[in-house]
Amino acid sequence: MRFMYIVTSSQPMKGPTPALMEAMQKISEREIKAGRMIDNGGLMPLASGARVRILDGELSVIDGPFIEAKEVVGGYAIFELRDKAEALVMAKEFMQLHLDHLPGWDGTCELRAFATPGIDGGCDVNARSSVAAHA
Amino acid sequence: MTAADIDQTVRATIHATWRVVQPRLIATLSRMLRDVPLAEELTQDALVTALEAWPAIGVPDNPGAWLMTTAKRRALDHLRRGRMLADKHDMLARDMLQEQETVPDFDTALDDDIGDELLRLIFTACHPVLSREGRTALALRMICGLTTSEIARAYLVPEATISQRIVRAKRTLSNSGLAYETPGGEALSERLASVLEVVYLIFNEGYLAARGDEWLRPQLCEEALRMGRVLAGLAPDEPEVHGLVALMDLNASRTRARTDANGDPILLMDQDRTLWDWLQIRRGLRSLERAGELGGGGGFYALQAAIAACHARAESPGATNWQRIAQLYAELSRLVRSPIIELNRAVAVGMASGPQAGLDVLDAVAGTPALAAYHHLPAVRGDFLQKLGRLVEARQAFEAAAQLATNGRERALMQRRAAAIEARNI
Repeated sequence: MRFMYIVTSSQPMKGPTPALMEAMQKISEREIKAGRMIDNGGLMPLASGARVRILDGELSVIDGPFIEAKEVVGGYAIFELRDKAEALVMAKEFMQLHLDHLPGWDGTCELRAFATPGIDGGCDVNARSSVAAHA
Repeated sequence: MTAADIDQTVRATIHATWRVVQPRLIATLSRMLRDVPLAEELTQDALVTALEAWPAIGVPDNPGAWLMTTAKRRALDHLRRGRMLADKHDMLARDMLQEQETVPDFDTALDDDIGDELLRLIFTACHPVLSREGRTALALRMICGLTTSEIARAYLVPEATISQRIVRAKRTLSNSGLAYETPGGEALSERLASVLEVVYLIFNEGYLAARGDEWLRPQLCEEALRMGRVLAGLAPDEPEVHGLVALMDLNASRTRARTDANGDPILLMDQDRTLWDWLQIRRGLRSLERAGELGGGGGFYALQAAIAACHARAESPGATNWQRIAQLYAELSRLVRSPIIELNRAVAVGMASGPQAGLDVLDAVAGTPALAAYHHLPAVRGDFLQKLGRLVEARQAFEAAAQLATNGRERALMQRRAAAIEARNI
């Protein structure tokens, strides 16, 4: 199963400390060598990207400035692992590094499984209706 | 959550952590003990210890390091016990104690670059002294961390069979005194070939699923791919490793498109190419390029990968460069004389230069005893004959293919093709 890890934080990113950088470097090298991490990358702050949104049947491009604090920063990684339990092990180890090396930082590592043939729940075309239920 | 739920969660975490770190544990313990089967056993002990301790003390902050520390303690205890028995062990134990003094932080040890140890472990598990079946079972067990029952399920054989294969393989390793070694020089290339073959066998078993009704066994493919990537990371200058990884990535990229909702096979030319995995294709093409840069573009795996790349690069079936594919098959055929490669070449020639040209290549190998029971031969033949309008012969060929097919889904496909001709009253 393939998983995408997206790291988000509501705090302005000052950039990771050298110790965190080193620890992350180490873990990604190890995971690439172990054949589990198949892609990764850093993401620039949203200001250098944009959001294209549909709301009430209107399409709009929002290219900032973004007043909302909750922005996707940091980066992403793509792992190939056997199941969600393994994916959680990796995510916890990764976030533990932040806990150890970036005191005071709050953030989230979101785990999403890629749609996989033969596994139910992938490609949920009715996602919108369940979103609407919360809206 | 009830206590039972918590217990269940902890157990799931332990097993997942275990699978993630197992190869590193075995590799490290093998280095300490110079004995792979023993290292595997003591690694298992560490798992059992975690299963006993974690529900009570909770999951540690760094579960992988905890397992590593525990496993190393087991190994150390073992060496201490052995001190009474053997001088060699005494010496090893002293080395280890010394190392423990200089490297007291086991967390650091877990993150050490143990690439060489892992490589040694892979070489050991894939040693040619073991039977092919023993090598694949041991590799899946020790490098991928699959359980015996998972391996048995993947190969569709009873669990006892796999257990026996593993036990026998381990005994052979112990008895042969080759339990832990990395070959050098020419021996390395020879042994690497054996390692690559094991990975290739595992992948093909998953990809072509010769037995049973499931046409694809994705787990075996994923494990083989992961092993291939491990090897590419550990031996980055070996072109054939990149060739094999390219081949696996390019083939596996089509997984989603290879079966329909019922699990029936969809042939390459009929697949919905938008379902192909483009991340995997990009990776595959990059690995193939790497194999070429290292001068290995003409290797056994790289050539097959180059063929797969021709398909991956074609935006539509009509855009497939069949001339190039036929050329690559000819090269492959020169490298490895195999009637099966010739059969594939016949298909490519048929696509590039018409069914009669394909049939000519095919007829040149049709009498080979090795192909007597191979259902693809009459299947391909039937296809050429159908295109040439020789429908009676085509139907007979498809019927023969159905009779020879060992996979239920393929048999059904051949029966359908024969029936389709018959339905036209021929």
